[in-house]
Amino acid sequence: MREIEETARDIRKKIYQIAHHAGGGHMGASFSMADIISVLYFDDVLKYDAANPNWEERDKFILSKGHASYALYAALAKAGYFPEEELRHVGQPGSKFGGHPKRNDIPGVEASTGALGHGLSFAIGIAFANKVDRKDSHIYVVLGDGECQEGSIWEGALSAPTLELDNLTVVVDHNKLQAMDELENIVHMQPFEDKWKAFGWNVVEIDGHNYEEIKDALLTRQIGVPTVVIAHTVKGKGVSFMENVPIWHFRMPNEQELPILMEELGLTEEDLQ
Amino acid sequence: MRTAYLDTLYDLAGKDRRVYALISDNGAIVYDKYRKDLPAQYLNLGISEANMLGMAAGMASCGKIPFAYTIGAFLAYRAFEFIRNDICLQKQNVKIVGTGAGEIYSALGPTHHSTEDLGGLRSLPNLTIITPASPMEVKKATVAAYEYEGPVYLRLGTNKEAEIYEKDYIFEIGKGVVMREGRDITLISLGTVVKDVLDVAEALDKEGINTRVINMHTVKPIDRELIMQAIDETGRIVTIEDHNIIGGLGSAVAEVIAEYGKGVTFKQMGLHNFSEGYGTYQQVKANNGIDVPCIYNAVKKIMD
Repeated sequence: MREIEETARDIRKKIYQIAHHAGGGHMGASFSMADIISVLYFDDVLKYDAANPNWEERDKFILSKGHASYALYAALAKAGYFPEEELRHVGQPGSKFGGHPKRNDIPGVEASTGALGHGLSFAIGIAFANKVDRKDSHIYVVLGDGECQEGSIWEGALSAPTLELDNLTVVVDHNKLQAMDELENIVHMQPFEDKWKAFGWNVVEIDGHNYEEIKDALLTRQIGVPTVVIAHTVKGKGVSFMENVPIWHFRMPNEQELPILMEELGLTEEDLQ
Repeated sequence: MRTAYLDTLYDLAGKDRRVYALISDNGAIVYDKYRKDLPAQYLNLGISEANMLGMAAGMASCGKIPFAYTIGAFLAYRAFEFIRNDICLQKQNVKIVGTGAGEIYSALGPTHHSTEDLGGLRSLPNLTIITPASPMEVKKATVAAYEYEGPVYLRLGTNKEAEIYEKDYIFEIGKGVVMREGRDITLISLGTVVKDVLDVAEALDKEGINTRVINMHTVKPIDRELIMQAIDETGRIVTIEDHNIIGGLGSAVAEVIAEYGKGVTFKQMGLHNFSEGYGTYQQVKANNGIDVPCIYNAVKKIMD
């Protein structure tokens, strides 16, 4: 198995471990972007120093779809921002980790997110500041596709090209599902890529589970233009019974399902102790 | 007030490159001088208040000091969640500057009135709220907001408001200003209404009603000591604000009175509904029960 593949597998294991100890969480959304966050943090894309989380020259990652916090927590722990042990208590009294990431509390978290439609504008502010400071630092944002139903996303989508923020890359985790149903059954969002093109973005479309495509897209730059990566993904990716099933937006496996999940993610009984 | 604000911001931005004027396509003309001399510290983000405040928070996270400006109603209502989550929750050093406090945009109607902004924003942790009462106070408040590290909501009027201070004074966030001493009753107000209240106090004084006037420019954190002192020394308190009586200055004073636990005669003056009617600011205030005669009559009734 290739290194990045193993990394992504480990991230998925960690995501379930967090949910297992916490007794719940948004697993589908976290699995959906597990490959993206793996490449971002562990395949020479994001520039960071876990030992010095506030390093001035770092790149920044904003998880705008804050409900996929377990994916972020898993990546930050693996990167060494804090001991993995701390993730055994997510959502519990005394823990600094909640269902949604909080800046200032957790090293490596750049913005408190959870309410949808906030991360893009926050990231635009950072990208603008870095640009005027002539900092060689890139800003990445992951949006949910359902999140793109928020009006503020499109305020930001107008703003970033206007400000010529070529130091900003938005990744839309386009799994085509939201909490209750398929996106298109709820709000017509197609043609989705064309909307971003019309707003003035450099649009890159990829398979969000193909590591080469993810890396190439994350490293794509166009002078004077922000880039949006429309990553076609599968919600719940990696656990067969979760894939493309809306109910797994927020649910825990039962006794029959758990062994299947463990088998598919490569988790042992010991891993869940 | 707007000119006083802009002149001060111009000076601050000229001295400190971290200061940015963000606007949401409002006040473009009045920003002409600033825009000409400090183009790199000026951003008109278009009609997108939520995006402006989210972006301001992101900039603040990089050490910038953004002053995000438009009509207060659009900031406090439309962009409330951005003020809450992006600025207050994350303690970002953003200055939120709302113009048109109360019904000052009288004939533009209730959509443009900031008459519930204090009620909403006062409950937000980490947010300091300042409503200056005169051009001189705007200057001092703008400097104080700049020097203060943390989120501030600066609630301005429009332009050509009267100056209420005859000489220089010390402005301190969270410390009300006793505009005139009095033993019989205390009138507490904020913003441009303080001028009306001072006129009322003068008229009352002539009738032998010794009236104290407090300009409570900072409604959060409120000056508890000054209110308790007024309770002890005058026994009667009236709050007057161009804002709904729920959640604003009157509510803040009532909270202090209730906790202090001493018997006091207390009346809140302000709006009980959305603003009714059109006209000049004076006419709209009269129509909504908060102009000089209304305040005068209310105080007289208490004293009789």
